[in-house]
Amino acid sequence: MDKRVEKKKLDIAKRYAAMTNDLHWDTSYQPMEKVFPFARYEGIRIHDWQQWKDPLHMTTDVWWRQQGEKERRLYAVMDAFAQNNGQIGISDARYVNAVKLIVQTFSPLKYTLHRAFAHAARNLPGDALRIATQLQGAEELRHSQLEQHAASVYNKYFNGLHETPRWFEQAWYLAPAKSFAEDAASAGPFELLVAISFGFDSLLSDALFVPFMSTAAHNGDLSLAPASFSAHADTARHKALGISAVKFLLEQDTLNVATVQRWVDKWFWRSFRLMPVVAMLQDYMVPKRIYSFREGWDEFVEAPVNELFAELAPYGLKKPAGWAQACDAKNHLSHQAWNAFYGYGDALAFHTWVPEQEELDWLERKYPDTFEHWYRPRLAHYGQLEAAGQRYHNQGLPMQCQVCQQPMIFTELGSPRWIAYRETQHDDETYHFCSDSCETIFGNEPDKYVQSRLSSHEIIHARRGETLDGALQASIAQIGVVIGQDNGGFDGSVDQKNFEEWGGGQDMKEAQL
Amino acid sequence: MSVTAIGNYSHASHDGAARFSDPLLYIAWDEHMMFAAPVVLPLSLDTTLDQLQKKVLPKLYGEHPDFARIDWSRAQWFRGSTMFTPKMEGTLASQGFKHKSVLRLRTPGLEGLRGSCG
Repeated sequence: MDKRVEKKKLDIAKRYAAMTNDLHWDTSYQPMEKVFPFARYEGIRIHDWQQWKDPLHMTTDVWWRQQGEKERRLYAVMDAFAQNNGQIGISDARYVNAVKLIVQTFSPLKYTLHRAFAHAARNLPGDALRIATQLQGAEELRHSQLEQHAASVYNKYFNGLHETPRWFEQAWYLAPAKSFAEDAASAGPFELLVAISFGFDSLLSDALFVPFMSTAAHNGDLSLAPASFSAHADTARHKALGISAVKFLLEQDTLNVATVQRWVDKWFWRSFRLMPVVAMLQDYMVPKRIYSFREGWDEFVEAPVNELFAELAPYGLKKPAGWAQACDAKNHLSHQAWNAFYGYGDALAFHTWVPEQEELDWLERKYPDTFEHWYRPRLAHYGQLEAAGQRYHNQGLPMQCQVCQQPMIFTELGSPRWIAYRETQHDDETYHFCSDSCETIFGNEPDKYVQSRLSSHEIIHARRGETLDGALQASIAQIGVVIGQDNGGFDGSVDQKNFEEWGGGQDMKEAQL
Repeated sequence: MSVTAIGNYSHASHDGAARFSDPLLYIAWDEHMMFAAPVVLPLSLDTTLDQLQKKVLPKLYGEHPDFARIDWSRAQWFRGSTMFTPKMEGTLASQGFKHKSVLRLRTPGLEGLRGSCG
């Protein structure tokens, strides 16, 4: 018998090197600076690109294979859900409003980020980091599409999902997410990496993904829950990428530390300002709850971030400037957000409601220091008004922060009595902010943020000389939101009536008996 | 240069006073967060505080049970974070207001729904 010749196989590290950094060559017909024109203007100094390696040694061929397998499994589950009328088996039609909010906010945000990562990947001169960045870009696109596929089954049966990309571009309440994505996409390639892979993915993404995956499944959503699960497997890699990229920047030159710290401060805070919708989704919008936002924050943000920054301290990197404010706000965020969305409930593309008695009791248990005194009285008042047939509506257009574009609903650290106001004079004009961190972000790059298109100001501009009565609602009617059908109270809505007629939610009720 | 950019990068404010028919004024009633955020509206700086109190505020805040209980003689008026002594017949301009100023009303003794600042 012939002796079999064993094929020589490279070990993983060598194979990874061969398919990434070893592919590098310096251009000769044109100088490298002209081929990579965005590599230096941010002031980051890199002395040896070969030092950066993807901690998971991901190469494109492995990536395709893994994603292909994940996709096959995921679509089997999602298809089964759609074919078996899974929408009838969810806990309650109120749950679908959580799906609407995710698909209105985060799916288009990720779509914008895929463009940003494509740009960064083209412009980073290091081959290994360029490839990792490319893969993250492809994944941002994948996540956006997965979520939209997962939500498409709901779009057949429920309102509020029919024009989500257009709403992301123009709806006033989605402006914070749009402005976040565009701020990142217009940054340089290094800032983008720190912004998204580190600031959002490493520090905060678990607060969004982990509780939502289990909560969605708990409410019978076997469409968006597995999509989130599949996306989270990628995000776990993005976290590792973000941490290793930041360490690499810090190791390459001590002069990088101050710049990276500024970006960490900025992007932690910008990411945190996406959390109001996440917080109220967990605390108010899902009918069957597992975690409160605060519990998720403690477990998936506060503890791991404290550990991470202990690890990064030797590099000279400190916790983000807004950390204390964020950790204080965990007790207030969902309540302040829901209060605002409820008040502007006729100018959204989803439904709002006053929580039921037992839900209010749950909130009181989960927020023993804040809910009963500060927030329950408002909800009780709205409940009384609703019972009398007079649902409460905020009047007027909300004042917004010049940087994060959130309505100014947030209170001072340690004092839920006072809304936080900050203002700066710049070129003889006044600019307003919701927080120290947003004011600092403006101060570092005022020419970027003087251009903000604040929805309230745009509406006033568009209606010069006309009345502003009902202007906020009119602004969303103009972009295809059907008033009274896509929004307003949940009780008496088309969604609620249909779900009842289909006998929806019965399986879950019976299972509880 | 005030922005990290690959070339010259300079922008004028997008929201200068010239864009609007009247200057923008932000209005808030402190300790009443049932009104989730301060509001913004265009308002002539020739408006007097008296006109503002009688014509603008009731429309914004009249729904709140505290509104009818306000003792206007004790109300405190702030321009941004600075308290000022109001001249009710004086115009906003004469009391220091300009485009994008914040006017905050504070009503001691009234702390919102069941004292919750709601």
